[in-house]
Amino acid sequence: MFRSHFDVRAQPGFGLITLFTFFALYLPIAALVVYSFNGSESLSRWDGLSTRWFVAAWHNSAVQDAAVRSLVIALWAAFLATFAATMAALATTRTAPYRGLTFKYALINQPLMVPEIVTAVALLIVFSRIKVWTGYSGLGYLVMAHTAFCIPFAYLPIRARLESMDLTLERAAADLYATRWMTFRHVTLPLLRPGIIAGFMLAFVISLDDVVITEFVKSGGQDTLPTYMLGQIRRETTPEINAIATVFLALSTVLVVVFFFVNRRKT
Amino acid sequence: MASEVERIGRERERKDIRDRWLLSAPALVIVFLAAVGPLFVMLLYSFMVKGDYGDVRPGEFSLEGWVSVFFQRDIFDDTLGLADAHLSIIWRSIQLSFLTTVLTLILGFPTAYFIATRPPHTREIWVFLVTIPFWTNLLIRTFAMQQVIRNEGLLNNALIWLGVIERPLQIMYTDTANLLGMTYVYLPLMVLPLYASIEKLDFRLVEAGYDLYATRFQVLRRIVIPLVRPGIIAGSILVFIPSLGAYVIPRVLGGGKNMMLGNLIELQFGAGRNWPLGAAMSITLMALVMVALIVYVRNASRGGAGHV
Amino acid sequence: MTHSRATGAHGGAIGLNGIKKWFGTFQAVDDVTLDIRSNEFFTLLGPSGCGKTTLLRMIAGFELPTEGSLTLDGAEISSLLPNQRPVNTVFQNYALFPHLTVAENIGFGLKMLGRPKAETAAVVADMLKLVHLEGRGDDPVTQLSGGQQQRVALARALAPRPKVLLLDEPLSALDLKLRKSMQIELKRLQAETGITFIFVTHDQEEALTMSDRIAVMSSGKVRQVGTAREIYDRPADRFVADFIGETNFLEATVERVEAGRAVLRLPSGATLTAGLPDGLSPSGKVSFVIRPEHAGLVAAGSGTIDGTLGNVVYFGTDTHYHVHLDDGATFIVRRQNARAGASGGPEAGQRVGILFGEDAAQILRD
Repeated sequence: MFRSHFDVRAQPGFGLITLFTFFALYLPIAALVVYSFNGSESLSRWDGLSTRWFVAAWHNSAVQDAAVRSLVIALWAAFLATFAATMAALATTRTAPYRGLTFKYALINQPLMVPEIVTAVALLIVFSRIKVWTGYSGLGYLVMAHTAFCIPFAYLPIRARLESMDLTLERAAADLYATRWMTFRHVTLPLLRPGIIAGFMLAFVISLDDVVITEFVKSGGQDTLPTYMLGQIRRETTPEINAIATVFLALSTVLVVVFFFVNRRKT
Repeated sequence: MASEVERIGRERERKDIRDRWLLSAPALVIVFLAAVGPLFVMLLYSFMVKGDYGDVRPGEFSLEGWVSVFFQRDIFDDTLGLADAHLSIIWRSIQLSFLTTVLTLILGFPTAYFIATRPPHTREIWVFLVTIPFWTNLLIRTFAMQQVIRNEGLLNNALIWLGVIERPLQIMYTDTANLLGMTYVYLPLMVLPLYASIEKLDFRLVEAGYDLYATRFQVLRRIVIPLVRPGIIAGSILVFIPSLGAYVIPRVLGGGKNMMLGNLIELQFGAGRNWPLGAAMSITLMALVMVALIVYVRNASRGGAGHV
Repeated sequence: MTHSRATGAHGGAIGLNGIKKWFGTFQAVDDVTLDIRSNEFFTLLGPSGCGKTTLLRMIAGFELPTEGSLTLDGAEISSLLPNQRPVNTVFQNYALFPHLTVAENIGFGLKMLGRPKAETAAVVADMLKLVHLEGRGDDPVTQLSGGQQQRVALARALAPRPKVLLLDEPLSALDLKLRKSMQIELKRLQAETGITFIFVTHDQEEALTMSDRIAVMSSGKVRQVGTAREIYDRPADRFVADFIGETNFLEATVERVEAGRAVLRLPSGATLTAGLPDGLSPSGKVSFVIRPEHAGLVAAGSGTIDGTLGNVVYFGTDTHYHVHLDDGATFIVRRQNARAGASGGPEAGQRVGILFGEDAAQILRD
């Protein structure tokens, strides 16, 4: 056989393993989606294509409430986290090291270092006490908890963007008579926008996906979509859960695609 | 004049640092109130006495919570014995997390390598395909795994149809289910950092290896793997740590009999009504994570060039 | 000066007095005192790391001097913020705002100063014409070529009509041809606007061709200030002589000093007169320099010193003759190639004489 080229990058069998990996990654998701179009009462039997479970989920008031609650919490948490993370990123980048800088990094990224279940029970301990003291048991606790663990995720892309930004642009603005605020308003913020959008979307997805902390912090009747699903999966499941999961899946996929393109455009 | 300018310079520096504290204050306060602060409260709770209906008795302190993480009191003569149930769950959590890390590495390394050696344009698509499951809700992915491995699921149906087995394999509610679920869920966390470091690999070094008579396997073992070691370490940390604290996956796939540490902790705050014990276990879990981190970081800093 | 587009105002004069700058334990600028005159094209020339950019950044306001005073038209400005100084900078990498159009970039300073929109628009149109970018105002800056970006950066810095324009190696990113035409362009802009230009470069040719005056810097110190001719013909010390152009270093003994010139005796016994740096009256052994083009080749015995001809290197416009002197040093003589195809010059190995030109020798302050 004539080989025109020796491929130094090739390794035998790696292609096959990759194929298997992607098969394994997508097969369960595909199964989940396919079963959501099952006409049968039970997951065990296939009864032909049907959208009845999507309709059922759509009209299920518990699902509606949970979905709305999930969105409200995610929007608030993503907004607050992005706001706080943007300011924190401005405060912790592009500077000579100063006293407290490492402390700030450590604190901001702390939610990433601790297993979620640990944070969850710690929050349960504290918030249950506060609920008794104040008598308030609204969504505020969930928004607060979600904001905290969303901050490091929002911080990541904003910080990366800031660090790749050319400091001389801001110097040029100052040289051209801009005050600090005007420099931020006219130069830093517009250039930072892709990072902020990316940070917001990441925070939004992270909040939307959360199960563990929500499960432990929520008061009665405060199910989000993931905790509602967790409750349902424990029981005998109908394809309605698959329908909800499929819609959820579609939503996160759309977000990832948008995120992908926002990130790509910036370069 | 000189000292005046110097004073102004110092003044500006002070103001800059003060502004930086003000700017970071909201993030720091939120993270402190809703993530770090509660950990300290939990530490305190681990030294308190459990209340009859959950929570703790105000003002009473005891080491009982910590003692019962590792020991159990005999009901009759009050002597201490090892708490086999707890210890076996902790040990199982460590084993399963380790196996998960190994499995994700076995699948993830060739995958990341394969992706990183594609032409740049297709590479982006492959990475994107890894990213989608990564951003899909963890619960949904766990549930999706359940669809595959349950008794009437895809896997069993396929095996029966192929005639490999006659009756369904019981995978659900076993350690295998936990292992498969965690491997599936955390695989992207292994592939992404590995890809990032393999992509940066200078393939001229690989060429040099072949030039010096290395075989494909020797090139992989002596050149590629040592050079992408930071990626292997990062991926392993990213998989091992959440595996150790897994809660949703064993709850959905493992069922009551095959608990992991996360579920044992939950139990103390639910039916167990032993908050001090739950708090002590949580801190034990955190300590395990810290140990894992330190071991990894040690390894990472020791092997700069990575020669074995 | 010439008529000036910039409100008729003259450029500002910058005074640096005993400026020192420390970064931690590293001293970037060491006691610099300079008077930069109004309307001057002034160049800070030196190798990288010599402190010239730090000096420029202090004038712009991005760094505070550790010691010393900095004045603009006599008024102390060293502690003013960059946005409080009527001084604008053309940055090395241009630092154009990528999210703004060409016109928005040029009008940025005026907008920050709160000038009326109509005035800003008029100035921007003026500036576009000045830098030959008419009709490109609405283009995104990212679509411009390097040379065009350079001109936008210039227009942007000139638009607010600063008293002083600072240019930080603005031509270093351009290719040779473009650099040559931008040099002429910069000279023209300086003459037309009457603004004081302070130009930083490590390129001696750029400095020599463009500047009214040059300050040569090394390791944080100013070595010499003067016109291009003064610096080239009368280098004050070894560093300046070595950094600018090619030169031959020689040693001799001072016989006597008369009328501002020294009479030197070479080891071979020959004598010559040499120029002196200001305020120096040397005695004993001194170093002096002679530029390769200020010496000629003659028959052995009839020049100032003799030697053996080594390499002859042809450069197109001129030819370099490497002459090995009897004390072991090498002396380079440059001769212009006047006629095409000329041959029959001296050949390697031949004994030759070197004749020093009138006023060619200059004593160095060591």
